[in-house]
Amino acid sequence: MKHFAALLDALVYMPSRNGKLRLIRRYLETAPDPDRGWALAALTGDGNFRRIKPGMVRELAADRLDPVLFGWSYDFVGDLAETLALMWPEGADAVPAPSLGEMVERLGTAKKGDLADLLAGWLDGLDSTGRWALLKFLMGGLRVGVSARLAKTALAQWGGVEPDEIEELWHGLEPPYADLFAWLDGRAEKPDVSSRPVFHPVMLANPLGDGDLANLDPADYQAEWKWDGIRVQVVARGGDVRLYTRTGEDIGAGFPDILAGVDFDGAIDGELLVRDTAAGEPASFNALQQRLNRKNVSRAMLRDAPAFIRVYDMLFEGMEDIRRLPLAERRARLERWIAARDRNRFDFSDTITFESWEELADLRRTTRENGIEGLMLKRRDTAYLPGRPRGPWFKWKRDPLTADAVLMYAVRGHGKRSGLYSDFTFGVWREDGELTPVGKAYFGFTDEELGQLDRWIRAHTTNRFGPVREVERGLVLEVAFDSLHESKRHKSGIAMRFPRISRIRWDKPVEEADSLATLSSLIV
Amino acid sequence: MPPPPESWLKVTPAGLYCEPGRFHIDPVRGVDRAVITHGHADHARPGNRAVLATAGTIAIMRARYGAAAGDTLQETAYGARTEINGVGVTLYPAGHVLGSAQVLIEHAGSRVVVSGDYKRRRDPTCDAFEPVPCDVFVTEATFGLPVFRHPDDATEIRRLLEALGLFPERSLLLGAYALGKCQRLIMLLREAGHDAPIYLHGAQQALCDLYREQGVALGDLRPVAGTPKEDLMGRIVLAPPSALADRWSRRLPDPVRAMASGWMRVRQRARQRGVEMPLILSDHADWDELTATIRDVGAPRVWVTHGAEEALIHWATQQGFEAEALSLVGFEAESET
Repeated sequence: MKHFAALLDALVYMPSRNGKLRLIRRYLETAPDPDRGWALAALTGDGNFRRIKPGMVRELAADRLDPVLFGWSYDFVGDLAETLALMWPEGADAVPAPSLGEMVERLGTAKKGDLADLLAGWLDGLDSTGRWALLKFLMGGLRVGVSARLAKTALAQWGGVEPDEIEELWHGLEPPYADLFAWLDGRAEKPDVSSRPVFHPVMLANPLGDGDLANLDPADYQAEWKWDGIRVQVVARGGDVRLYTRTGEDIGAGFPDILAGVDFDGAIDGELLVRDTAAGEPASFNALQQRLNRKNVSRAMLRDAPAFIRVYDMLFEGMEDIRRLPLAERRARLERWIAARDRNRFDFSDTITFESWEELADLRRTTRENGIEGLMLKRRDTAYLPGRPRGPWFKWKRDPLTADAVLMYAVRGHGKRSGLYSDFTFGVWREDGELTPVGKAYFGFTDEELGQLDRWIRAHTTNRFGPVREVERGLVLEVAFDSLHESKRHKSGIAMRFPRISRIRWDKPVEEADSLATLSSLIV
Repeated sequence: MPPPPESWLKVTPAGLYCEPGRFHIDPVRGVDRAVITHGHADHARPGNRAVLATAGTIAIMRARYGAAAGDTLQETAYGARTEINGVGVTLYPAGHVLGSAQVLIEHAGSRVVVSGDYKRRRDPTCDAFEPVPCDVFVTEATFGLPVFRHPDDATEIRRLLEALGLFPERSLLLGAYALGKCQRLIMLLREAGHDAPIYLHGAQQALCDLYREQGVALGDLRPVAGTPKEDLMGRIVLAPPSALADRWSRRLPDPVRAMASGWMRVRQRARQRGVEMPLILSDHADWDELTATIRDVGAPRVWVTHGAEEALIHWATQQGFEAEALSLVGFEAESET
């Protein structure tokens, strides 16, 4: 535990990517099995062991500490694990906490009612850094500035293999990855996962930059609509079917309608969408969102918001890996393949015919239908390359809509922004001259602007409700968003898709912010 | 029954004001008569007519403000009672920085102690805090949350010296407030046996000179300006916290960015500042010192100001003290001190 705590602590303060890689490599080199496997799972966010839920940590805090002091402290620190770790009384003659592997084992067999005491005992046996690392490990979500990809890259460097080799195996293996370490240690053959429905790293697009088009020949590229759903990968192997997000998270449980429609072996890449049954068209992202993050889905939902996949690429046809083929050939195979599928579950993301970039630009400008986010440009002659290679694929999003809104409330952020007021609720004017909140945003500004906003909020607070500060109606924020939708859940009756702060209008009088009527006219 | 202290000691826009004595304590703008607890810029401001403070504080104000330090500057020794318009004023050490003082005000049968900023642990650059019996104790609450527990100074200094040994090709850039923290760090390093020259950012120089004049032996100090990069390898460089992210730091050989502050206790705070090596070292009392001090002083009433007042008031109330917030403006609750 001490070893792992030291790693996390060092990672938090290590500014450089290379430094982080070095720290993780050194840890993998020196830590024993199975601890290093569990540590790796924690870094990649893949731990499948029994977790401690935030609710239990809160209960433990309420039980052992003064709840009022804990509340104020949590508000300040902005991180549950760190707050408890810092406040926990130092144990005088406690039993030292066990290793990661032992903890996972004991969590697996402990009775539910004993979990809190088990955790408390471990906390007693650690110093504040150890307590923090323990809670991070058990709760997940480390926030130490290491992405899953970075952790896997460190593993690959340590083992002397390519990161994509690790990615290809990753979803066929389980923590603590004994067979993976055995292979990288040179004690065993490479694990064979070809018969399992593993996730394959996806190919990603770069945003189209100013002037990029001038260097591209329209004849080399195919254009498709960029659908406003979520990118998914369906993998099927011998009746075992998985639905992955583009980061490899398995979301199949929420989409039994998709899984039931899979009558093939292979791997396809497409956009998960929900159908507006009345119109027969893709529904807004809002409708899809109702179905995301659910473990169970009701029959009414399956009926009213059926999911389907608009397929745009194919990685495996049956057992055959076709990623090395150029896009044009993959698409030709996909077109033949999809003809045999149920169109209600799998349809084809058509290409758009165009002669010149100007023609395409006009099309992009004039299209504002539901379910379309912009355009995708893909080079016809390139293979399916994992990661985000520069050049073959571009995303060309629609220009966002903007509105001038008034800052109303602010809450302190978490993680990197803990302590700073960084989550903003903003509103627009109703006809009666009052403000109504229309959205929340917590990015789009620089660190320097964040500092300025934080100071402004502290100096203009008029009211506090727990962690929420209400501020003087004195600051206009230009908010950018992708689209507006009707919403029964919001008091204003509208919901913004993907709102972010595009500019802080220190100069603009609040009376000149937009009205709800103006905003409502933008609803699609 | 004596009149309650709040009937004669009041919060005004210029700061805490003693009506019968017609003086302010640490006013936020120039007033006729001010009693100053210590030299930090949010407590000692220029433009007062008459100032009463310790010799150390007056020396600091003179160095910082020149003639604007005040028309008449009256020095007073710790423990020596002075009368201002019939109100008794006595200064006692606060242990915060050189010259720092608590102010005991005696009037109409009541004793009020305004602590200013304070800490309880040993500091080789100033006199230790003395608990002064009183009816009302006015305490700061900069670190008034139980998450703030400053570790032992020696541990933090040892970590710093270990890092210095680990990176002989890099300099160790240590961000520290120019008044107090800087000199205390130097003294702690000297006590830990670090005799090598310590390099200073230009902003740290004047106050180090002043500390020396006041009898604090800081050892071999040299300016960064004019020193070749290679001479700074494996050296400690002290600079104001703002210089850590500044262009200025590019003149140093691949600096390890360290910062000494009580705020470093919270990881994400340290990370926001781009600090690679956080040292938890403060001139303010941590939670345990604050609560111990309230107990040691034993005043039945506690007024809590600048910082996390709510939590400390909650604690003090539970312990049977009559505690309330004293809402003074103008103090930098979240500065680097």
